[in-house]
Amino acid sequence: MIRFTLNGEDVTCDAAPTRRLSDLLRDGLGKYGTKVGCDAGDCGACSVLIDGRVSCACLVPAARVEGCHVQTVEGKTPELTRLRAAFQRHGAAQCGICTPGMLMAGAELLARNPQPSWAETEVALGGVLCRCTGYRKIIAAVCDATGAGVPSAAEGPSIGQPLPRVDGAAKVAGDLFGADVVPEGALTLRAVRSPHPHAGFTFGDLTAYAARPGVAAVFTAADIPGRNAFGVIPPFADQPALAPSPARFRGEAVALVAFEPGAEAELADFPITWHPLPALTDPAEAERSAALVHPNRGGNLLVQGRVVKGDAEGALASSAHVVEGEVATAFVEHAYIEPEAGAAWMEGETLCIRACTQAPVMDRDDTALVLGLPVERVRILPSAVGGGFGSKLDLSLQPLLGLAALKLGRPVRMTYSRAESMASTTKRHPAQMRGRIGCDATGRITGLLFEGRFDTGAYASWGPTVANRVPVHATGPYFTPHVRAIARAIHTNNPVSGAFRGFGVPQAAIWQETLFDKLAEKAGLDRLDFRLRNALRDGQPSATGQIMTATGIAACLEALRPHWQRALAEAAAQPHRGVGIASCWYGCGNTSLPNPSTIRIGITPQGRVILHQGATDIGQGSNTVITQIAADALGLPLHHFHLIGPDTALTPDAGKTSASRQTYVSGRAAQDSARALRAMILRQANASDSARLQLDGARLRILDAGREHGIDLAALPPDALGYALSSEATYDPPTAPLDADGQGRPYAVYGYGAQMVELSVDPALGTVTLHKITAAHDLGRAINPLLATGQIEGGIAQGIGLALMEEYIPGRTENLHDYLIPTTSDVPQIESLLIEVPEPEGPFGAKGLGEHVLIPTAPAILNAIRHATGAEITRLPALPHRILAAMREAGR
Amino acid sequence: MRYARPQTLPDALALLAAGQARVLAGGTDLYPATQDRQLAGDVVDLTAIPQLGGIAETSEGMRIGAATTWSSIAEATLPPALAALQQAARLVGGRQIQNAGTLGGNLCNASPAADGVPPLLAVDAEVELFGPQGARRLPLAEFLLGPRHTALAAGEILVAVHVPRGVLSSPSCFVKLGARAHLVISIAMVAARLRLEGGRIAEAALAVGSCGPVATRLPELEAQMTGQSIEGAQALVTEAALAAHLRPIDDIRASGAYRLTAAAELLRRAIAGCAP
Repeated sequence: MIRFTLNGEDVTCDAAPTRRLSDLLRDGLGKYGTKVGCDAGDCGACSVLIDGRVSCACLVPAARVEGCHVQTVEGKTPELTRLRAAFQRHGAAQCGICTPGMLMAGAELLARNPQPSWAETEVALGGVLCRCTGYRKIIAAVCDATGAGVPSAAEGPSIGQPLPRVDGAAKVAGDLFGADVVPEGALTLRAVRSPHPHAGFTFGDLTAYAARPGVAAVFTAADIPGRNAFGVIPPFADQPALAPSPARFRGEAVALVAFEPGAEAELADFPITWHPLPALTDPAEAERSAALVHPNRGGNLLVQGRVVKGDAEGALASSAHVVEGEVATAFVEHAYIEPEAGAAWMEGETLCIRACTQAPVMDRDDTALVLGLPVERVRILPSAVGGGFGSKLDLSLQPLLGLAALKLGRPVRMTYSRAESMASTTKRHPAQMRGRIGCDATGRITGLLFEGRFDTGAYASWGPTVANRVPVHATGPYFTPHVRAIARAIHTNNPVSGAFRGFGVPQAAIWQETLFDKLAEKAGLDRLDFRLRNALRDGQPSATGQIMTATGIAACLEALRPHWQRALAEAAAQPHRGVGIASCWYGCGNTSLPNPSTIRIGITPQGRVILHQGATDIGQGSNTVITQIAADALGLPLHHFHLIGPDTALTPDAGKTSASRQTYVSGRAAQDSARALRAMILRQANASDSARLQLDGARLRILDAGREHGIDLAALPPDALGYALSSEATYDPPTAPLDADGQGRPYAVYGYGAQMVELSVDPALGTVTLHKITAAHDLGRAINPLLATGQIEGGIAQGIGLALMEEYIPGRTENLHDYLIPTTSDVPQIESLLIEVPEPEGPFGAKGLGEHVLIPTAPAILNAIRHATGAEITRLPALPHRILAAMREAGR
Repeated sequence: MRYARPQTLPDALALLAAGQARVLAGGTDLYPATQDRQLAGDVVDLTAIPQLGGIAETSEGMRIGAATTWSSIAEATLPPALAALQQAARLVGGRQIQNAGTLGGNLCNASPAADGVPPLLAVDAEVELFGPQGARRLPLAEFLLGPRHTALAAGEILVAVHVPRGVLSSPSCFVKLGARAHLVISIAMVAARLRLEGGRIAEAALAVGSCGPVATRLPELEAQMTGQSIEGAQALVTEAALAAHLRPIDDIRASGAYRLTAAAELLRRAIAGCAP
């Protein structure tokens, strides 16, 4: 028996003495507020206080807390109460998975130092990783924990207000993620995975293994009842839920074991023999190889994307200045702090899967296909999502959970280990890019030639999207009369490359924006002026021949100009300082494909406004932003709204959370739905559109030019869904297909941005110190500036990682101490400049923002390094040894 | 026995003598090595033994109990020679790890990148071991034999680290280089301790970590520094002078050649950091 106090209450429990305290708290005592991100002390998500000192609960043997005072996020100490309010005020929680750890680390700090400085707070929180926020708002919240509570939502219009997120209270209490709701009696699932990039395998006696005590069942590819091939783009669906021999990448699941509750889920003796095969790990070699990862994809080519306009070769031949360059990037891991997790159970004939996801309807449809079920028999209930960034668009454990629950008729649960999450889920495509860009004597771009080879790994995933999106965006947001841009997604036996914030555009921007600096130099122009001179303007055609409107790049660059001039002057006055700039553009939504969202709003007979909000909020803030849009379009204050969903049984399809589409597409559907509902109400009252609505219990009051009309909601006949009044609207962006030369209208809406980086490079060590990043982003309309700046800061943090430290190497960096993501002190001061060039298609003028914010950061950093040192980095990440080598090559 | 937390050293020895039990202190190495919910096998938890705790002055110098956590070291008031160890203590992992991880665990884990080793090498530290054959002392450099390999005999426990009185008053400095700010395994790290007399170096101690299988002192370079000014000593630190004594490798964090360059620069900075 172990006795201790937990948040002030005596606890006596029975536990194995060396059981991780995190596991005891969660599965033993049901306190799921403490999160587990790595089980290795690398992420700090499980931070708790033991006798006032913060520790990783995953490293503490349960027996060690005998007689101790343990505090967790469930506690109600004055420090935690103040911190929770401050976190909400400052927008310090995005996805919320790191929030409990941050709160506990903050609580320890405040207990010993009630008014910590920024620098002290950075150090105190340095042991907790966050992948969403860029840390700045978290540090600000801890420094401001003495401040007042949480402001309540305004009575008036909410758009443009920096409101705290509507789901913030849950996040600062320790939200319920994929691993945090365990059905009674659930079996534990574990997958057997390939330790080799390419290997045949044979099973031993599976029947005997399945008969072992504690083992409930074993499943292999032979047990998949439907089509054992899933994929986010149906024509390319190729990835087995459980692979038949041979496995095509390290980490691929080949068998699934269900363990009885309480049994040690140990796979060490699983009867399998591996026969390693030659593996294709270099995409250039894979292109030439006769060996094929998929027999039907010759040259290991998945998809080639192509945009050709005019005569790029000819234009370059007659250009005054031409620059040429090559850049290679690495596999980048999403490194969300929540490893994939979920549970599944049967409700009658319906298979219910509760798991982390960015795309519930796609999960439902693909899982149904794999399991041979009609879609009506699968229900996806997304959990809170502890970060996604693109990887949780693809199926991971959903078909495995579904298979076991369906076959066994018992509830099941599954949580990936950190290593398993890193090895088996998608990555950012490594890119090998080269080409030339030219300009005339006055510095106007004449033409661009781009060729990119993208390592798409073993399965298709989002490879086709990357191959198609990159050529469209390869010019950057600049008018380029002649273009030839090719991107090829090439299969290898490497990890599956999929979606990661920007779909290949961040890689291409590194190539293009670093060449722009060299071209500006050749043309004798200031680097910002050069970009401004070439910035796309309304009425000009893009590389795909689309005539641009609401084009905000020039406004972003202009907004940076005073900062640029200050920074250049400061850099000139100090040694080893550099300033860099880079731009971005990004088309919101699918490339030339249908991409609809549907939003339903109902008012109950009791006067509750229900928003069926199917856009998964993975931390970016859709729950709040879409509610704000609906509230203002309907004309009722935010606090009347109650959210349902996302849940495929309860919410219409609002599409996937990707491609920076939710604010724009689902937001527009919400606006249209709310406007329809408002029109319905106004018609009943015969009121004008300037009427004000008031909701007073079951009475809806319409105030119009001194006249008041009332609707008794309880007296209206309820509709099929039980609502007194309801509406539903679907919005699909108006796009048009691309022709064989990539000409057409791939996106209805684009967002723009430009960032400026100030840094120093240590001349002897090649290390980079970032001083400040100034980010100007045209988001059309800032629905919620607090959330928008949160996106900017978080995207910049990921851009810093991409530029300076992140490189995933299969089998070598499958943890969060060898795979480095930025920590508190790696993210400098960030000044966000919100630029609003209204987009007529967008709700209240809004455009997308989520991916844009990452794109300029890495090239701006590389350009600043070159400015400081002359070093040209052609292989990312720019680790100190690579920077120092490039500095020596540059002769400085 | 699956788990025992003895209160005395003899009890701990008896438990270890009984079988194959592993030793547990801060848990910051044992737990990350498994993905299971608990540790496998028998475990002897050393954190309740009084002799393994505490930092104290002794007749011969300073004694730091092996189970002393990094935060205890960082928060203690220690003589100048241990400033480098305190700097290292603040750079081990994050605060969570510093509250759990122990000095003894860092030494026994014997990582080439162990943050505690260069500062202790630079103060001529000795380890106090206690085993079935009784107590013994070893210079730290003889205790660390290679990656994950120490001179700890079967059933033996690292009890404490001793720092001789003679070195305590000389200033020291630790410099760690990594690819991010916190929670980082070093690319290279160094510790320097200089005894200065009238602006000249009377005695130099230099140690480099993460640049070979074990961290190492640089005796030849140290000898050349005697009588030099700080600037003179810095000038002696060249890559060529280090190349003979370090064996840095290429890995995911850096190239071996870079490590050599970095070690030289870090040493120059650590020497400067010892100046009054």
